[in-house]
Amino acid sequence: MASVTSVQKTTERDLARVTSIDVKTARRRRNLLNQFAITLLAVILLSIYLMPLAYGGITSLKTSAQASDSRAPILPMSTTALPYEGRQLDIYTVPIDGEMLELALLRAGRQSSTFINPADLDAEPIEWEGNWRQLEPVRELDVQWSNYSRAWNAIRFARLLGNTMMYALVTMFGTLIASSLTAYGFARFRFPGKNILFMVLISTIILPPAVTLVPTYAFFVNVLGWGGSWLPLIVPQMFGNAYNVFLLRQYFLTIPRELEEAAYIDGAGPFRTFISIILPQAMPALTAVALFHFFFAWNDFFGPLIYLAGSRDLNPITVGLTEFNGLYSSEPNLILAAAIISMILPLAIFFMAQRVFIQGIVITGVDK
Amino acid sequence: MELNANLIVGKRRPNGRKGMSASQRREAKWGLIFISPWLIGFFIFHLVPMIASLGFSMFSFTLSAPDEARFVGLDNWRRMLFEDPNTWITLGVTFKFAFISLPIGMITAFMLAVLLNSENLLGRNLFRTLFYAPTMVPLIAAILIWSQVLNPQTGWVNRGLDAIGIQALGAGGLRWLDNPNLIYLAYTFIGIWGIGNAILINLSALQGVPTELYEASKIDGAGWSRRLLNITLPMVSPVIFYNLVLSVVGLLQYFIVPWVLNGGSGYPEGTTRFFMVHFYKQAFTFQNMGYGASLAWLIFIIGLMITLALFISARYWVYYAGERN
Repeated sequence: MASVTSVQKTTERDLARVTSIDVKTARRRRNLLNQFAITLLAVILLSIYLMPLAYGGITSLKTSAQASDSRAPILPMSTTALPYEGRQLDIYTVPIDGEMLELALLRAGRQSSTFINPADLDAEPIEWEGNWRQLEPVRELDVQWSNYSRAWNAIRFARLLGNTMMYALVTMFGTLIASSLTAYGFARFRFPGKNILFMVLISTIILPPAVTLVPTYAFFVNVLGWGGSWLPLIVPQMFGNAYNVFLLRQYFLTIPRELEEAAYIDGAGPFRTFISIILPQAMPALTAVALFHFFFAWNDFFGPLIYLAGSRDLNPITVGLTEFNGLYSSEPNLILAAAIISMILPLAIFFMAQRVFIQGIVITGVDK
Repeated sequence: MELNANLIVGKRRPNGRKGMSASQRREAKWGLIFISPWLIGFFIFHLVPMIASLGFSMFSFTLSAPDEARFVGLDNWRRMLFEDPNTWITLGVTFKFAFISLPIGMITAFMLAVLLNSENLLGRNLFRTLFYAPTMVPLIAAILIWSQVLNPQTGWVNRGLDAIGIQALGAGGLRWLDNPNLIYLAYTFIGIWGIGNAILINLSALQGVPTELYEASKIDGAGWSRRLLNITLPMVSPVIFYNLVLSVVGLLQYFIVPWVLNGGSGYPEGTTRFFMVHFYKQAFTFQNMGYGASLAWLIFIIGLMITLALFISARYWVYYAGERN
């Protein structure tokens, strides 16, 4: 909250400064110059930063030949041809009498070639002296939208999406329930060892997952026989996680106690109070946690890699995309199309919910 | 009644469970009930496996033949520390990459936050969103896009460098993902797409620096770089510390990028054989669970020592405003 309002305040201050008539002209000019320079710098840096995204988007719309051709133009373009007497004649830009004409190559020769003018087929063929291989072919925009449907089908995206969504949504509810209960316990109740337990909770953030992985894996796979299923990935998420507890606790601490006390006086128990008083007030924090978890699940790679090993029908998007990358290495355009399909939903959700999301990150990183 | 009891009993025996009043005991009970989901999960999925992992490291144990597990004492540890050269090679790779990638990532995040905090930047919210957006690109998709954009012939990085006069294309060009001298830089680029959180946290810390400090130093005649060094950096050092700890922890786990790009082969010339790749292969490809567990404990100990060292060092360089010295 605080950061957003302070941004707004400073922007207002900026505006006030720029529009104020009292400022001396020289100073105003220098300010404008500074603004121009800084904004230009930001635009340049942003273009470099986002360049791979533009590259990915554009290349995903090329044919695989264009995508692998180092001299191909930047945009998805194809050479053009003229259908003529049952043949396809390539069209080139030919310099004739100081003019650049777009002509179709009728007969290629080493010293000279014959062209016809596509705009005037009845005219005499034009003889041109020179090596036709030096000529620039005429290209036109040729966007391969079909790459997306090909990639969608080849990677069996609907199935990957279904698996990922199932995982993300089930564990999202699990972690929301467990984390918010835990956070409420830490935010409102006094109990022995609370501070130590909270320290322990926070220190699990820096615990490398590897150190618990081998026994956990042996337990899930050998003892419970859960190998090749989603259960070993889903069940641990049902017990909350340190980031989410921390974020929710910080938020609960800012909620005034009066309403809770009123509820207690009315005879509501702690659970009732939690559900009817706290949760409705904590919607922004709960939304942030839900979003974080959704993106975590969408990206989860290591767990699915080891626990689902061998069952391709269960793969999430991450593992499916990695396998696709290995299988289709000769068609970079399709790989890029698949990569872009996989980012559409997370990016769309981010752009819609960025305010809540950014606040959540700031709370975990700064408020301590 | 309860209030009375509280006063009397609470005063005489302020500590210990037995000294708690009925209402305090009730409160403690509910607190423990509320945190029980996490507490149970902590025991099942953190504490017990951690101890079990230490136990596993003393066994020779493969999952395919669990009955043949036998106690080998410290054999796995001896092999790991003194006989298997891969332990130190892969740790070396991990640290070398960390030394390149960590400063670049942290400085970039900080400088971008300074830029996004500038009063002179028009459309700050829009820039903030757009600089954050690549962090939302799923990591696998980001890796695939970067591996194409770094293609020596068709990628825009080399074509762009070539256009501004740097010889990047052709036989003597920059082969980012094949050249052992460039590979860490290439991986760092991929990592730079994930610094959105660090930017935002830096940014919000910058917004929290009291403007009076800047105004006072302006009056004293301090320039932009002096203010950055003497005011901004100390004031945001807590979040720099936070980002540093998280980055170190993350880099010790570095696995996905080399795994997606080369399947853990270490290409080129073993430069991408990170410690976690080594761990994965031992534990899950060769199913050497006992040896894998000792590797896991080693990285845990190393991570713990680095984190402790960072926390101790923080006393000397992290400045907490409002904290008494």
